[in-house]
Amino acid sequence: MTFIIDALSWVCLMMGCFLGISGAVGIFKFDEFYSRVHAASVTDTLCVFFIMAGLVLQSGFTLVSVKLIFAVVLLWLTSPVASHALIRSAYHTGLKPKLKTSRKESAKRGQS
Amino acid sequence: MISLELYNYWVVIFLMMAGFYTLIVSNHLIKKIVGLNIFQTSVFMLYISMGKVAGGTAPIAAEGIETYSNPLPHVLILTAIVVGIATTSLALALVIRIKESYGTVQENEILELDHISDTGPQA
Amino acid sequence: MSSINLLIDIVLLTMLVFTTIAIVRSRSLFAIVMLSGIYSLLSANIFIILDAVDVAFTEAAVGAGISTVLMLATIGITGYEQKKRRTISWIAPMVVVVITGAVLVYGTLDMPAFTDPSAPIHQHVAPRYINDSPTEVGIPNMVTSVLASYRGYDTMGEVIVVFAAMIGVFSLIGIREKKSEPIHAEPPARPILQVMAKFMIPFIILFALYVQFHGDFGPGGGFQAGVIFSVAIILYTLTFSQQDAMKLVPPWVLKRLASIGVLIYGGTGVVSMLKGGNFLDYSVLAHDPIHGQHYGILIIEFGVGLTVACAMMLIFFAFISRGDKNP
Repeated sequence: MTFIIDALSWVCLMMGCFLGISGAVGIFKFDEFYSRVHAASVTDTLCVFFIMAGLVLQSGFTLVSVKLIFAVVLLWLTSPVASHALIRSAYHTGLKPKLKTSRKESAKRGQS
Repeated sequence: MISLELYNYWVVIFLMMAGFYTLIVSNHLIKKIVGLNIFQTSVFMLYISMGKVAGGTAPIAAEGIETYSNPLPHVLILTAIVVGIATTSLALALVIRIKESYGTVQENEILELDHISDTGPQA
Repeated sequence: MSSINLLIDIVLLTMLVFTTIAIVRSRSLFAIVMLSGIYSLLSANIFIILDAVDVAFTEAAVGAGISTVLMLATIGITGYEQKKRRTISWIAPMVVVVITGAVLVYGTLDMPAFTDPSAPIHQHVAPRYINDSPTEVGIPNMVTSVLASYRGYDTMGEVIVVFAAMIGVFSLIGIREKKSEPIHAEPPARPILQVMAKFMIPFIILFALYVQFHGDFGPGGGFQAGVIFSVAIILYTLTFSQQDAMKLVPPWVLKRLASIGVLIYGGTGVVSMLKGGNFLDYSVLAHDPIHGQHYGILIIEFGVGLTVACAMMLIFFAFISRGDKNP
């Protein structure tokens, strides 16, 4: 029984780590502000869920796991809103997103 | 292993010197304040590193725990952090006043304006 | 220190070094302020690894929270970009810094090894605090018992420092009242943020109260609670408007409450003198010395929390009332 729980929690932790690292890679690889925020915020929520789930499985049915579940709920509520606020203020200060169509159009213009 | 045993202290010294360098070189008053904050936090880290005991836990008494880390540096640094935010806020308030009086927060421009007002407009 | 902890410690310290290099090299003030927030959060993590949970809590709330907000408010007034650097050479400062650093590194070679239990710092007064404070003061968190009881004078001085900083900020930049602007001039422009803030603020305040009154048993205490409480009001100010926040907690009330907090602290000391003990000797506050210590710590922590919360809110109001709009 403990082996199954350990294995499950390890799978969860590894998934969480993978998502976190992929978000970090996304921040560095994307060339533009909005895609970077997208990479960070989308992976962030699931990463937090997996890591916390792995830790809850490790700690069992104790007060610690209740606190961890609270942390997940609060992070799920605040983290997307924080990304929203970031993007909103960037948009309102005049940073325009680079759109794919516009890039194609500019490429066409460059050819013609 | 000597390098690992002193790694904390060396990082502390690096941070301290980086904060000191920022304080001297930067021309902008807010960046100077950030440099001071880095300096300050490095001192905190020095104290906390000294308080750590091998095999110890956080100094909150619990059943079945024998060794605790030293609580005294924690207390000193806790008070230092709060004093730090008090001095930082006062410094930032001074920066705002300087901006309103001089119209700039660049050190060289402030010094030039001071020089003009010292020597008088005819100079 | 187990090897995994040592590994985490080294990785975090290295991250801290890179953050510092980024701060020193960066030219954008906004990035510098954000990086200094990251710096504080990383150092809070290192404090946890080094067993200083109370310090980590304070650093995360103060360094990464309040101080970043205040710096953002300031650069909102002074402008985001640094102008081109004056043409001073960086060589002379670098030489000074390298020489000082080399001397300090030479000094560390005589330091006792990291985590050595026989280092001089662990020999004199610390064993007394560790061994006797759970029975003498009767609360498990040694940091709180040293902070509030053994070294109560220090903490009182510190509360007065926070109070004096508030007075200093007010004598430099008072709160500017904007009388002409009508309240609720425009419809709520940030619906998602406002709904979320309304949802979160009660939890933040509840957490602040928990930290305040649970500081005897776990990490926490008056300073952290005061800062977290003021963060709730700062969140309200940022998502709604300053006028709304000032209607909710009027500055004149905050000023009086901040003074009352200091008075509660000092008054506890005076009461213990009147009851026959020394200044801030809580053992005489009740029939049982342990109960007396407990009451004393609860009361002075409340005073600390009140002063810190009100002072932080007032300083924040003073800062943002100087800008043209909310940061």
